[in-house]
Amino acid sequence: MAVAVVLAVAGLGLSLQSHAAEYIVLASTTDVRDSGLLDYLNPQFQADAGIQVRYVAVGTGQALDTASRGDADLVWVHAPSLEQAFMAAGQGLCRNPVMTNAFLLVGPPSDPAHVAGLTNVTEAFARIWHANATFVSRADNSGTYVKELAVWSLVGYTPSPQNDSWYIETGQGMAATLTVASEKGGYTLTDDATFYALGSSLTLEIAVSGDPLLENVYHLIVVSPSLHPTANVDGALAYVDWLDSPKGQALIGAFEVAGHRLYTPDFAPGQPGEC
Amino acid sequence: MVDWSSTLQVVSLSLLVAATSTLIGAVVGVPLGAVVALRRFRGRNFVRTLAFTFYGFPPVLAGLLVYLLLSRSGPLGFLGWVFTPIGMILAQAVLVVPIVMGITISAVQVVEKRLQDTALTLGASGRQWRTTALHEARVGVLTAIMVGFGRAISEVGAVLIVGGNIAGQTRVLTTAIVLETSEANYLAATIFGIVLFALAFVVFAALQRLQQEGIV
Repeated sequence: MAVAVVLAVAGLGLSLQSHAAEYIVLASTTDVRDSGLLDYLNPQFQADAGIQVRYVAVGTGQALDTASRGDADLVWVHAPSLEQAFMAAGQGLCRNPVMTNAFLLVGPPSDPAHVAGLTNVTEAFARIWHANATFVSRADNSGTYVKELAVWSLVGYTPSPQNDSWYIETGQGMAATLTVASEKGGYTLTDDATFYALGSSLTLEIAVSGDPLLENVYHLIVVSPSLHPTANVDGALAYVDWLDSPKGQALIGAFEVAGHRLYTPDFAPGQPGEC
Repeated sequence: MVDWSSTLQVVSLSLLVAATSTLIGAVVGVPLGAVVALRRFRGRNFVRTLAFTFYGFPPVLAGLLVYLLLSRSGPLGFLGWVFTPIGMILAQAVLVVPIVMGITISAVQVVEKRLQDTALTLGASGRQWRTTALHEARVGVLTAIMVGFGRAISEVGAVLIVGGNIAGQTRVLTTAIVLETSEANYLAATIFGIVLFALAFVVFAALQRLQQEGIV
């Protein structure tokens, strides 16, 4: 009887699994999932192209690693320095810009480091350091963390949890890190999409925005078929073409979270290395 | 927040993956446990300690190892099992087998000690009392399977890494809880938790009934 139960369950599960149409595996950064962008775009792509998008949302570093292991057909990431290393290693067939959005420095309403309203994020980071105000870092090889490190390098000081009790590393995704920052009354660097998506659950306010350094550029990279012969490169290229088509770009531009348009379409044809 | 048709799929997949990995755990773990309990061989205590040690094996490490094994660039990459339910089942089986094996060892040994003298006094052959011991231990063996299922249905580390938490493909209740929590959808996360609890309750109630009626 126990066996019968298991078989019945297995049959039920398999019937739910069996609609195996063409699909691609996308390894993406967490913020495009957390903002809801992927769940908004992918069904429309599937309706147009008949290709299902199965996405695994991890940090940018892990997404690139997943792809270089051959476990994804394309990546959707936002750390240009890591992307260039990926391309230099021959892992990518082609790389397209898709959109930009903005990083924000957010912090507690009490603003202990007196950074609210600054437009220079480097100055804000320096003040947080000098005030020893709590700062919560992703510390997870994500695009956001790469950007945070770039700002610290401009400050000329890179804090570490060993030496700086005010500097907290979560090693988690953006939403989890924002929650920690909110609970601990700390500052953190975030993409605006995740911040607006979590909005009401956080006791955090925007401290710094608008610094050109805080531009967040997303790229799509299709993996190299010569290194990954089993990859669905045609399906991945179709997805990139669709996202960078006038329709895809318009959909991205129109996407809203909590009344904010989050993403600026950023595709410009004719760049070297484009799909 | 909570979409019920996709929730049904998440529930079914949770049950499918945990039930299958438990089945594998039972098919592999019960005979192994019985052998360790009933046979005398060199290193027997070591094997037993190893099985118990694996109770504490971190699911996330099992997930990582199985991921590296199944990844396209790993030794079994040609199977294409990474980010599929099959990979998730395999990762959970790694966790369940030692539990079923370890508890089976304990269950069989307890009755074995009690039975051996009686059975041999009554003239039973070695094979006969071993079969009797395994039969008498069936309640304990079923407990082993239940604990194994409990481990499988509740773990998140292994299925998250090997499955990738892909919506509609590899998302199960525990990974859905992680996702909703990370997005601060605490209500949805809690509802998934309650569903998980209810599901486990139904399964355990059914297994316990089998245990009490002595069907297995």
